[in-house]
Amino acid sequence: MLKKVLAGIGAGALLFGLSACGGGDDDAEGGADGSLVIGFAQVGAESAWRTANSASVQAAAEAAGHELKFVDAQQDQEKQISAVRDFINQQVDVIVLAPVVETGWTEVLQEAEDAGIPVVLADRGVEAADEDLYVTRLGSDFAEEGRKAGTWAAETFADDADGTRILELQGTTGSAPANDRKAGFFEVLDAEGLDYEIVDSQSGNFTAEEGKAVMETFITTHGLDGIDLLYAHNDEMGLGAIQAIEESGKVPGTDIQIIIVDGSKAGFQAGVDGKLNYIVECNPVFGDQLMDVVEQVANGDSLEKFTAVEESAFDASQFEAELPNRQF
Amino acid sequence: MNAYTKRLMWPVIILVALVAVNIAATGIDFIVPSVHDGRLGGAFVNILRRSAPLLLISLGMTLVIATKGIDLSVGAVYAIGAAIACQMIIDAPDQTSAGLVAAAVALALAVTAVIGAWNGVMVARFGIQPIVATLILMIAGRGIAQLVTGGQIPKVQDASPFTGIGRGSLWTIPIPIWIAVLTLVALALLTRRTALGMLLESVGGNPEASRLAGIRAKGITVLVYLVCGLCAGLAGLIGAANLGSADANNGGLWIELDAILAVVIGGTALLGGRFFLLGTTIGVVIIGTLEDTIINVGLSSQWQFTAKAIVVFAVALLQSPEFRAWVLKPFKRRPAAPAPAPAEEVLAK
Repeated sequence: MLKKVLAGIGAGALLFGLSACGGGDDDAEGGADGSLVIGFAQVGAESAWRTANSASVQAAAEAAGHELKFVDAQQDQEKQISAVRDFINQQVDVIVLAPVVETGWTEVLQEAEDAGIPVVLADRGVEAADEDLYVTRLGSDFAEEGRKAGTWAAETFADDADGTRILELQGTTGSAPANDRKAGFFEVLDAEGLDYEIVDSQSGNFTAEEGKAVMETFITTHGLDGIDLLYAHNDEMGLGAIQAIEESGKVPGTDIQIIIVDGSKAGFQAGVDGKLNYIVECNPVFGDQLMDVVEQVANGDSLEKFTAVEESAFDASQFEAELPNRQF
Repeated sequence: MNAYTKRLMWPVIILVALVAVNIAATGIDFIVPSVHDGRLGGAFVNILRRSAPLLLISLGMTLVIATKGIDLSVGAVYAIGAAIACQMIIDAPDQTSAGLVAAAVALALAVTAVIGAWNGVMVARFGIQPIVATLILMIAGRGIAQLVTGGQIPKVQDASPFTGIGRGSLWTIPIPIWIAVLTLVALALLTRRTALGMLLESVGGNPEASRLAGIRAKGITVLVYLVCGLCAGLAGLIGAANLGSADANNGGLWIELDAILAVVIGGTALLGGRFFLLGTTIGVVIIGTLEDTIINVGLSSQWQFTAKAIVVFAVALLQSPEFRAWVLKPFKRRPAAPAPAPAEEVLAK
């Protein structure tokens, strides 16, 4: 019995040893033909958005002929830090990091700088004190997303004589996307001089569950008569709210106009079904753009500290054509 | 007033106060049910309907806490139950088949019951502390749910009978309320009309003494965790059916903390022993009403956690005899002769 256990442990150790070799003995110097070795420490696979993001980066790296060392950190900062250390040991050309949290990166980013390896942040940022330790951040401009939503609302309701009455479903309280999408939206409404009233604005925590629950309460408290617009900071909350509106006997998209941010397949499908009116894209498919940035960084080009991901917005006339292009 | 009603008095007063605040803010419509599409609606009925998953989980939690245990994994088990049912339904060719939905529900409940029993075995058989034993699944469980769904959010068609579990109604009463109330009645009968409740309190009060008295403490502990897992799975089904989708990351997130809160508000001590299913029920309705109150009185989202904390704080203080005595002290005159009032209080205790 004991022998079997020992044999098992031995076999396990052998396997680990093999896989460690498999990860380590790749040619990490980069080819002479300009192909790069890129280390990518991804957050995890916590959402469809993230899965699409990973797939896009992997596909773009392959298409550009670069070697991508991909680590899924499963939302654990410790795993990301050790992944970055591994990349440094392997002497990759560029490290791409999508930090799980904003703090605690100083030490490992300093190690990368000491080793002469440039770091590019993808999607999320790190605290301002560490700004000198990375080259650039490629991510969504959440305030711009809010402004796009605001621009459409200002145009659509410009002729609304009795004032535009708005309900807002905010994202997680205090999160950057929630703060910036709100600020950008109302910045434009104020600038355009739209006559509006915020009937209510509450957090739905970016989930369908809470989006639906909060919308039900909005409906019982304020009613839907006279409400012109619902602005939801993401797809999930918007889709939950649409169910609540339908269950109350109103027609979403007609009785009340709806704007959502994100643009998942499910969101576009609801758009095609006529249940919402405007979709502001938050684009996870920035692999190609990331490769451009990485190549510039490897060439030593100077870049702005922030590079915005290319994103668009879609109205009802474009939903059907765009639906097949959705990656998540 | 006996000990039982006395325990319930403070939570009921808080609930009535919350309802009064809402009526003051939004009018009497808050409490009056309306019928829409053959289903009872209105603000308060909506609160009850949305509270059903939390109630189911809190009832299971009450029994676990009565055995001096705790179950932190219920939120993750909620996600697993939801994931299994939704994934099985969307994998099938015909989502509207009633047989398929029944099979999916049965499979989800069976798996969550096994997970609950596993927690119980860890606690009772291997002597692992409940907080540690269930913490493992609290962390790993959402990973399991993600494996089931392949990292995506499965969306069930609106036409599938599955959504009826969350959105449907029977005799105008929403189905989630039926499920929650029937579970409450069943558990209450089981623990108050049979010896099971007494055995539970005995195990929670002193497991060793119970064992020496001939009670099969280990078997009871496993059973209680199994019921808790089953309740969490059922809650997950209601949540998933309401939305028509299962979100492995966010479904039932932090619901374990709300459940523990509801149990404590309801007057069950975390030390084990005496438990109050009806108190827990009132605690759940308080939490549900509180979330609506914040919106109705026009507070911003930032207030949500603070307001919850203040109410829990108030209930905890009001339930403490020491605190009440301390507050009332300046108003109490030293009685000239032994008054009948204190004697009554002693009897009540």
